[in-house]
Amino acid sequence: MKTLADLRAIKEKAKKEMATREQSAKYRISVAMGTCGIAAGARTVMSAILDELSKRGIQDAAVSQTGCLGCCDQEPIVQVTDADNRTITYGKVSAEMARKIIASHVQDGKVVSDHVFDMA
Amino acid sequence: MHRNHVLVAMDAHTIAQGARAVRDALMRNLEMTSLTSEVKVVETGSLGIYNRGVVLVIFPENVYYVGVKVEDVAEIVSEHLIKGRVVERLHYTDVPVEKAAEMGAAPRFGKQQRVVLKNAGIIDPESIEEYIARDGYEALGKALTEMKPQDVIEVVKKSGIQGRGGAFFPTGLKWSFAAAEEAKQKYIICNADEGEPGTFKDRLILEGDPHCVIEGMALAGYAVGADMGFIYIRGEYRMSIDRLNRAIQRAKENGLLGENLFDSGFNFNIEVREGAGAYICGEETALIESIEGKRGEPRDKPPFPPSVGLWGMPTIVNNVETLANVPQIILKGADWYKSMGTEKSPGTKVFTMVGNINNPGLIEVPMGTTLREIIYDIGQGIPEGKGFKLAQMGGTTGGILTGAHLDLPMSVEALREIGSGLGSGALLVVDDSQDVVELVENFVEFFNHESCGKCTLCREGNGRLLELLQRINSGKGHVADLNLMEELAVTMMKGAFCGLGQAAPVPILGCLKYFRDDFVRKIEAAEMAAAA
Repeated sequence: MKTLADLRAIKEKAKKEMATREQSAKYRISVAMGTCGIAAGARTVMSAILDELSKRGIQDAAVSQTGCLGCCDQEPIVQVTDADNRTITYGKVSAEMARKIIASHVQDGKVVSDHVFDMA
Repeated sequence: MHRNHVLVAMDAHTIAQGARAVRDALMRNLEMTSLTSEVKVVETGSLGIYNRGVVLVIFPENVYYVGVKVEDVAEIVSEHLIKGRVVERLHYTDVPVEKAAEMGAAPRFGKQQRVVLKNAGIIDPESIEEYIARDGYEALGKALTEMKPQDVIEVVKKSGIQGRGGAFFPTGLKWSFAAAEEAKQKYIICNADEGEPGTFKDRLILEGDPHCVIEGMALAGYAVGADMGFIYIRGEYRMSIDRLNRAIQRAKENGLLGENLFDSGFNFNIEVREGAGAYICGEETALIESIEGKRGEPRDKPPFPPSVGLWGMPTIVNNVETLANVPQIILKGADWYKSMGTEKSPGTKVFTMVGNINNPGLIEVPMGTTLREIIYDIGQGIPEGKGFKLAQMGGTTGGILTGAHLDLPMSVEALREIGSGLGSGALLVVDDSQDVVELVENFVEFFNHESCGKCTLCREGNGRLLELLQRINSGKGHVADLNLMEELAVTMMKGAFCGLGQAAPVPILGCLKYFRDDFVRKIEAAEMAAAA
């Protein structure tokens, strides 16, 4: 270690890795993973979300999984909650759609309106 | 990217309860469910929850599970990690989870303030990167590139931190003594010979965050002009020793120990020395003798180690917890440190709470927190609806506190005022169903065994005290024995050679002062039974 800059380079990299343990996420993304959700393809949606987040280097988003929301015909369902606790619920999300949600909603703050099925 | 981090507490307690098997089962299950790329398993230090089996926490939800067995793992994976449903039967919710929003705060940590333990239970102690991510080695970098050694001492002095081994000597002052010495070699010793029964804070600091102690030692070395450090640690602390050795290795690989650190010309190396289980070797001069390869017996003081220490050279001996505070004091400044605790005892104190208590374990609170808050809020009171009899603060040599002291702030000055002390940080809670006389016999048995034998007062005094107590407990005592015990105890306090013999009588005198009636009742009951 020669300089503080060397140290900080390691720090920044390690911080990214640990971001999941920080409770400071701006967006909380939750994928419904009930039997209905999984049967409708929630696993593929989850993988796509994680892949897209890491491709874009987005750190202030936490991804979690939840159970059946009681709208089985709308599965796979993805919910995005922002810092003001405003939740947007997307229905019938495909992997492609999920990538768009990350790109537009989570990165740029623009709701992808054509797949919103409920706003709370 | 990992959507979930599962932190498995891996300290000596949880490992004994099967934490390794649970971790292995978790890895297997994640592989079977193809979740390894989404869920990261991290081994971490103590989460501060005790007697509850294997403990794990899942982020980002911040859900704590306790008593986890291998057969529960599949359920946690399929319910929580796949379907997002909390497994309620294993869920630990002493306080609503939303209160624990701050990262790493276990649900019951409301009144706690984590400085020394800020990383324990959050980072993987074997990963230097995770330590660096949480500001690790930033203080060392700052000191070496922006501060003179004298500045470092000034900050530590101004912070008012006192030695956490039990004597509470001002750390900055101690450092300035060694810094003022002219010598071709100086040493830093970290005292990790934690031998007080009931104290295990240093072990959990070292197991959970070894790098903070290493960084603290390097800072001490820079401040006083020492390029060599030793960590003297109990040989029984296998896990701490392994983690320290690996941490030292990783620090060397990253150029954070060794030659010319941060291009400043400052060199610092650390070696671990294992003790062989003698209680006396926690006394700093006996510890030094032991490192030198001699029999662990205390030296005459003065001269004190900062002038004449290891191999006759100026030596700083600091406790693990003291050193663990240093990096943050340098990084955040003296005023930040002084903002915690009381005016005369700034900062926090780490305690291990044991005995008759609902929620035993490792806690860190600001100095000045009352005994009532510690026992009834954090410790959640005494089990089985029993009453509070006494608390012993500071390990076996600690002073006795009674119900009258429940609202006393736990600070150095407040305890000194009643002739007691904070000691090493063990808090033994005793309920009103316990026999005080037997408890005292138990203390004295320990000292009698651990006395090194160098001075007569400690060697003979503890033996005679033990005889008197055994006599009372076997129903053959006399009330006059109590005065004899008191006289002997006071003589030991005044005349013993080192801290062991001087402190051994403290709990005996405390119990005789506050619970004399218990002794008298026991003696009289035996006398009446014999007469009948």
